[in-house]
Formats: sequence, structure tokens, C-alpha cells
Amino acid sequence: MSPWGYVVLGWAITLVVVVGYVVITMQRGRALSRQVPAEEQRWM
Amino acid sequence: MLGVIVLAGTAVTLWLSFVATPADAVQGEAVRLLYVHVPSVTVAYVACGITFVASGMWLWKRTEWWDLVGSSAAEIASVFTAVTLLSGMVWGQATWGTAWEWDPRLTSTLFLFLLLVGYQALRAASPDRSSRARRSAVVGLLLVPNIVIVNRSVQWWRSLHQDATLFRTDLDFRIEGLMLFTWVFATAVGLVLLAWLLMHRFRIGWLANRVEERRLGDALTARRAEATS
Repeated sequence: MSPWGYVVLGWAITLVVVVGYVVITMQRGRALSRQVPAEEQRWM
Repeated sequence: MLGVIVLAGTAVTLWLSFVATPADAVQGEAVRLLYVHVPSVTVAYVACGITFVASGMWLWKRTEWWDLVGSSAAEIASVFTAVTLLSGMVWGQATWGTAWEWDPRLTSTLFLFLLLVGYQALRAASPDRSSRARRSAVVGLLLVPNIVIVNRSVQWWRSLHQDATLFRTDLDFRIEGLMLFTWVFATAVGLVLLAWLLMHRFRIGWLANRVEERRLGDALTARRAEATS
């Protein structure tokens, strides 16, 4: 593999993992917020 | 707002890393992995530091807030430690010709990742909130000593991994100009992403605790109704 191939692979792995985690985190938040009344969702 | 800053910052980081910065005199184009690998490990270190402080604070104050801060930061740290290991393996293959060696820096980073996985497993296996918080707080206190070992491993033992580039006691910095700026900028974007993730992950933990309390309350009501009928 060329040096550019390694660069693209390293960046692609990082972005896929981090973006995947962000999406999962947001989905978990949305799913849980549907189960809790609005008045109990305040934490700050 | 933080999410918008992260998106814009990531776009700028990609442009700086792939277009604006030059190739390195020694590493060539592979140096562009520095702008993702080093910020990733910095985010992981800071997240571990937050877990360490929150663990100590939980053992002192015993409040839900500190437990949630510690566990949220630990989950984020495990994601960024995994990313550090993976991007480091790609960089290692490009520059050393091998993706993995049982080298002190690589092995101690793998141990840090396993410690973070163990932290999550311990929380998942603990039956009640108090024991979950206590057990994970004890593991959380091991994170920073482990980071010291990871960080100093290249000086304490013979290592394939390079020595520190910026934080050097001899002040002989190995990076400058646009390359240094890109590294610092990417790290700043990573830390804003950490703050954004920490807030969202904290909220998830808070909501999960409320759902747990509601289920427990419903179960107790059902049992009382059964007993009186």
C-alpha cells in the first residue's frame, strides 16, 4: 500500500469509529428521553 | 453550538492535514496520521483524567453526579483509546513495516484499553447503583497511574515508538510552523468534541437512572397490589 493509502486508511478508521459512536450516543439519548417525563429530564 | 464547532473544526482539520501541510522530511506523507493519532490519544488521556478525578470525588462525596461524570468520561476514553491503537497500527505499518510489536508504549496502551473495557464490564455486571459506582470508582483511580506508565514508557524502556515530539525537557521541539499549528488545532477540536460527548453521555446516564427508578417503583407498586388483593 502507498503512504497515501495508509494515511487515508488511518483517518477513515478514526472517523468511522468516532462518527459511529456519536450516532449511537444520540440514538441512545433519544430512546431514553421518550421513557422519562419532561420534568424529570432536567439535570442542570 | 459545540456540535457545529466540532463539524467546522473537523472540516478545517481535514483540509490542513491533507492539503495545507507539507510532507515530512523523514516520514514523508505518513506524517499526516500524526494529526489524527496524537489528538486521539490526548482526548483519551484527558477523559481518563476526568474519570480519575470523578472517581476520587465519588469516593468522597458519594453523589450520582460524580458517578455519571466518571462513567461517561470512561466510555469516551475507551472509544478514543481504541482509535489511538487502530490509527497507531496503521501508522506503524506505514513507517516501521509492522502493525504491532510487544513494545512498552504499545503494550501499556493496550493495557489501558483493557482497563477501560474492564471498567465498563464491571459496571454492567454490578447489580445495584451503589456497588456499581463504588467498584468502578476504584478502577477509575488506576487510570492516571497507568497513563503515566504509557507516557513515560518510551523513556523508561527501549522502545520502537518515537520519543516525545513537543513536551521535551531539553526544549528541543521536533515540530514547528504549520505542522505544529495543525496538530494543536486538531487537538483543540478533539477536546471540544470531548466536551460535547461528555454532556450527551452524562444525559444518557442521568436518563437511564431515572428509567431504572421508574421500573423499580412500578415493580414495587405491582407487588404491593398483589399482596393486598
